[in-house]
Amino acid sequence: MIEPFKFFSNKFNITIHDIDSLLGAALSRGGEYADLYFEYTVLNSLSLEEQIIKSANRSVRLGVGVRVISGERTGYAYCDEIETSAILKAALTAAHIAESRTGVGAVNVTQGQPAHDLYPVTNALTDEPLERKIEFLNQADRAARIFDRRIREVQASLSDEYKVVLIATSEGMLIGDVQPLARMRVMCIADDDGNLQTGASGGGGRVGVDYFNDTLIEHYAGEAARQAIVQLEAVDAPAGSMEVVLGPGWPGILLHEAVGHGLEADFNRKGTSAFAGMIGRRVASEICTVVDEGTIPNRRGSLNIDDEGNPTSRTVLIEKGILKGYLQDKLSTRLTGAGLTGNGRRESYRHIPMPRMTNTYMLGGQSDPGDIIGSVKRGLYAVQFGGGQVDITNGKFVFSASEAYLIEDGKITAPVKGATLIGNGPNALTKVIEVGNDLSLDEGIGMCGKDGQSVPVGVGMPTIRISEMTVGGTK
Amino acid sequence: MKNQLTAELLDTIVKRASRLGATGAEAVGFETTEFHVEVRLGQIEKLQEAASRGIGLRVLHEGRQASCSTSDLSDEAIDELLNNAVEMARRTSQDEAAMLPAFDDYARTFPDLGLYDEAIALLPTGDKVEMARACEDAALKSDPRIRNSEGGACSTVIGRQVLVTSEGFSGEFNTTVCSLMSAPIAGEGDQMQVAGWGDRQRSLKSLETPETIGLEAARRALRKLGGRKVNTRTVPIVFEASAAEDLLGDFTGAVDGTSIFRKASFLVGKLGEQIAVPELNIIDDGTMMGALGSRPFDGDGCPSQRTVIIENGLLKNYLLNTYTARKLGLRPTGNAQRGLTGAPSVGITNFFISPGKYSPEEIIASVKTGFLVTEMIGFGFNPVTGDYSRGASGWWIEDGKLIHPVEEVTIAGNFKEILRGIEMIGNDLKFRSRIAAPTIKIDRMTVSGN
Repeated sequence: MIEPFKFFSNKFNITIHDIDSLLGAALSRGGEYADLYFEYTVLNSLSLEEQIIKSANRSVRLGVGVRVISGERTGYAYCDEIETSAILKAALTAAHIAESRTGVGAVNVTQGQPAHDLYPVTNALTDEPLERKIEFLNQADRAARIFDRRIREVQASLSDEYKVVLIATSEGMLIGDVQPLARMRVMCIADDDGNLQTGASGGGGRVGVDYFNDTLIEHYAGEAARQAIVQLEAVDAPAGSMEVVLGPGWPGILLHEAVGHGLEADFNRKGTSAFAGMIGRRVASEICTVVDEGTIPNRRGSLNIDDEGNPTSRTVLIEKGILKGYLQDKLSTRLTGAGLTGNGRRESYRHIPMPRMTNTYMLGGQSDPGDIIGSVKRGLYAVQFGGGQVDITNGKFVFSASEAYLIEDGKITAPVKGATLIGNGPNALTKVIEVGNDLSLDEGIGMCGKDGQSVPVGVGMPTIRISEMTVGGTK
Repeated sequence: MKNQLTAELLDTIVKRASRLGATGAEAVGFETTEFHVEVRLGQIEKLQEAASRGIGLRVLHEGRQASCSTSDLSDEAIDELLNNAVEMARRTSQDEAAMLPAFDDYARTFPDLGLYDEAIALLPTGDKVEMARACEDAALKSDPRIRNSEGGACSTVIGRQVLVTSEGFSGEFNTTVCSLMSAPIAGEGDQMQVAGWGDRQRSLKSLETPETIGLEAARRALRKLGGRKVNTRTVPIVFEASAAEDLLGDFTGAVDGTSIFRKASFLVGKLGEQIAVPELNIIDDGTMMGALGSRPFDGDGCPSQRTVIIENGLLKNYLLNTYTARKLGLRPTGNAQRGLTGAPSVGITNFFISPGKYSPEEIIASVKTGFLVTEMIGFGFNPVTGDYSRGASGWWIEDGKLIHPVEEVTIAGNFKEILRGIEMIGNDLKFRSRIAAPTIKIDRMTVSGN
């Protein structure tokens, strides 16, 4: 097991004393807070298409980001070498955000340990021989083609990363983490006499190579193939406002878009979110409780420490329909006095941290999923989604269904073509009239974008019934 | 030992790869100096400055391909890069289309396309902060209903790209970009609306003034106030230029050579066919002077060119790099897009709809009952089927007049019908990014609301 400080000190000759003086340099113009983010990441990707391994890629990303905070101001600089003179230059650049002539005294960091050990991976994919990974992809290709003879093309890919981070702050914290991450994707194209349709599946997490066993690989491949085949029969999606039932798992992207982003503390501190000033107000029906939990073992959105070195946690966002809290980063807590929630995240050493989600999900309820569908006279049952997006300020959000069916007289009938669903964040969840007892988390493929930064996240949800939502079909 | 990012360094790497057994090798280097400032309510909120670089190596071993990259330019890291790439390339599959361009296909001359402006490279920090501040300020002062702001921002990127291959190609070019934007928030009662608006150019003198950008951002936020849903119905749709750009951006996925050889586009097998109204012309041009998407050579080292995608409604070309051209038995179109890692993909250069003859006002005036789309959100385009469904906001049109703002609706249709349903094309083409489109009117799409 790698110990992050030892890793950086052995590989790049960085000492505790160097870190103390670099933080001192960062504060040399009177900044109030500074941190250093050391990163060494190895990323691999492998892809199969047309039944051959088309490419194998490997990249190494390393560098240090230096941040200085002075009031509401953030100064940021980075260097892509881990070497004291380069880091010093970055520290002095970032220092300029503060305008005083004098620095604050010496900084003395002490090594700490993360509170969690959520992904003790001993067999990371990064170290795995290429041959075994190639076999995973071949296996997916075979399984998808066996599913149905109309599966004409299969694309499969495996990506993994192994990130070692070390974070030092002017408050004296020195803490590191080793963060493995892996994801497998399978995409199928079905061709029925010129009618072409696609299906996609996949998953992963902060897991080792053994996670991708035969059963799971065949499940991804079978799911991708099944979705493509189902779409061959799809009819035009309905248009207009109607009852919508969302299936369990990945449809939790609803929560990510409808409420999650709007509850990030930066937007609320600035009063630019539709949820600003709404703590204690009703934003969902009372059967809805939504949490963000960065501490679920091996999940894609989980972290032992956030990217500012603070422990991740479980934050209740909405409890029985009432808005309870926001997702915080260091800057927001400094400015508002709120407590840290461990949601300060960044894409890499080149990026400034900001409040981000980890794994966001709704707790399970009382209803039987079958009964929920059975109770709908006419509506849409959506089980798979592509991406989503939200306008934080007016609260309008969309998410696009890639697998959905009509519900007619309590029965699931025809599959429909892809359609975008649109709603208004602060009241979309007030229309949740039933919550199933089948909470499940997504399979581990989520990627969230904000301000040009991408971070891995998770979502989850039980089956829910929404009394009214606008469905963007054509019929 | 530290190395500088030079064509000589890349040439050494390529030669070493060949000595290690690679049958083809291609090294790319990127160097950027970026600056970014965000001002909010008049105060600096974020200031970011950094220089970075990285090198990537793609290796071919008898049709087997692998690539590696690193941001570490030390001798040690370069040794590791070479060994890994050569070793990995022995273990992937043979792909007969995976080859470097033939010597004759490489660009030989590197025209000066006006991609670098010293004025941007030398712009003092203080000026950039002032530009961001002025841009936000113009929005804040324009109307009492502008009550808040996500800020004003100014960024500059000075870039350099070097490409060297074992087939004897060696080229490099420098670029600058300056972007300026403002995101004011308009408020009325409980309602808040934000609109981000900006400009991005390769030269400072072509950049719109902070005041122009700020005022336009404010106008766009203010006009969203009071938006409401409309009833579900099928009506003519006018896409304002910025929304038409968004629509055109989705369309690029359907003419991308990668989607074509994968047979994952509704335009597979349609070359030479009438797929759109005769008034429609769509062009990709990597040779436009001073444009954001221009470059002397593409990610494969092939020359940039002007490619007609749709001419008078006929599908004339796809966007192709060397690989996809080989897969389809066609000539590359200079659309290889190279990142640090991986084989080149396909990407647009400057992709646009040729302007038509109508003013945006004439187009709106021609609509009896319809929807002017000013913004879209979400990802609801399926290039395989052409099905299209996205969130939209804008204004409702009755008798040629804008009646009230509209929000929280979707628009849906199929791209095959959208292309055949274009009724009017505006004369208001302006390049703010690599994609540009004038206002366009489509005969009918479904608006879904109440």
